[in-house]
Amino acid sequence: MPDSRGKLDRNLVAPAREIVKLERRLFLKQGLSLGALSLLSGCDVTDSDAVQKVLWKMSRWNDGVQAAIFNSGKLAQEYPESAITKPFPFNAFYAESEAPRVDAATYKLELGGLIRDKAPWTLDKLYALPQSSQVTRHICVEGWSAIGKWGGVTFKTFLERVGADMTAKYVGFKCADDYYTSIDMPTALHPQTLLTFKFADNILPVAYGFPMKLRIPTKLGFKNPKHITAIFATNDYPGGYWEDQGYNWFSGS
Amino acid sequence: MTVQTGTTVAGDGKILVHPLMVRITHWINVLAMLTMIFSGWRIYNASPIFNFKFPADLTLGGWLGGALQWHFAAMWVLALNGIAYLLYGLFAGHFKSNFLPLTPRSVFNEFTNALRGKIAHEVGVYNAVQRAAYVGVICLIVILVLSGLVIWKSVQFQELGALMGGYEGARILHFFAMTLIVLFIIVHVVMVALVPRTFLPMLTGHARTTSHGHGG
Repeated sequence: MPDSRGKLDRNLVAPAREIVKLERRLFLKQGLSLGALSLLSGCDVTDSDAVQKVLWKMSRWNDGVQAAIFNSGKLAQEYPESAITKPFPFNAFYAESEAPRVDAATYKLELGGLIRDKAPWTLDKLYALPQSSQVTRHICVEGWSAIGKWGGVTFKTFLERVGADMTAKYVGFKCADDYYTSIDMPTALHPQTLLTFKFADNILPVAYGFPMKLRIPTKLGFKNPKHITAIFATNDYPGGYWEDQGYNWFSGS
Repeated sequence: MTVQTGTTVAGDGKILVHPLMVRITHWINVLAMLTMIFSGWRIYNASPIFNFKFPADLTLGGWLGGALQWHFAAMWVLALNGIAYLLYGLFAGHFKSNFLPLTPRSVFNEFTNALRGKIAHEVGVYNAVQRAAYVGVICLIVILVLSGLVIWKSVQFQELGALMGGYEGARILHFFAMTLIVLFIIVHVVMVALVPRTFLPMLTGHARTTSHGHGG
């Protein structure tokens, strides 16, 4: 798949990302020595790999349980515009000043995998799609939540236009900030899953994911990719930036 | 002494204080609950509701993702073990024989007596304050599980969430139920430390009838 992320100044993002990873690794070491040891008396550090394996297996099991619980007809609550959180918080694995600047004029959305019509989409073509908006609660994996208004095209409509294989297991995303994630097909086809170009009735600002963010009110915030540059359908588990480090993959609300 | 229903006098002068099912579910619950509390504190720290954080050394998981893995693994142990205990309590007569009768007046009387240093502590029989505390903590765990379900799946369980003031309400309820359970655990452990002979029966099941008494 062609990589359209080259325009991004990676020198800005990469060090921040490395620091996050390093901190995570240190945390992990600390956590295993203190927490796990004090609780699992009798286990020493050599058992930590086994413990980790069990925890990851449980997380995969929880993916299955959540997929079973997920009801495509169940809609996330919508709020009046007066409930919108101002200012809406910025959140990413880097600082707001490091958010990628995507050039609207040269931007093209790449399509790949189990999609019939893989022709790239310009922003003008995307903006011409039928649009609707929603005021929903964004829930972060950290626990905080905020209400925002997003506008764009129903993702199902877009997937139909490009002839995506609706029987594929996953839809994957690649982003201009090197972020990547993936979702299950039932969530991709949920009526409130929106490919958004607008926030609070204005063109999506850089901080919130210009040129587009997939808004999924039935999933945690980190499952809502911003600055999307490529979308693909696949049956091979694509993982994700946080998911590969340990966040639960399904993370549905 | 009067031996209540549910306590069986064995031939060797020992009585069965805690049936096997209660002992097994109690200790599984200890492990699951501690895992949930210590990983929950790490999750709380990622976005504190109030103006404080739990000391990182007292938390489990090392980072948010690790804590969530522990929390969402141990929740199955807590819930399944809890359901087994509730079914046993309801259908094997355990709740009826150990927690009833329970009236506000008896709780008040025994509580004021306890403050004056007069604690009825018969082996195998709970006094009214103990009954209220144990029924209370069972209700707290149920509230904790239900509010946890809403936080985990706020869209799928939105009807349940509406009873708690939505996602944010469920978060606060979850926090306070945890706080009360931690207080219960502290009092519970202090009481066992003060009356150490109550500890062994939770492992062996049995206690000597001769060792019972009032006061202390």
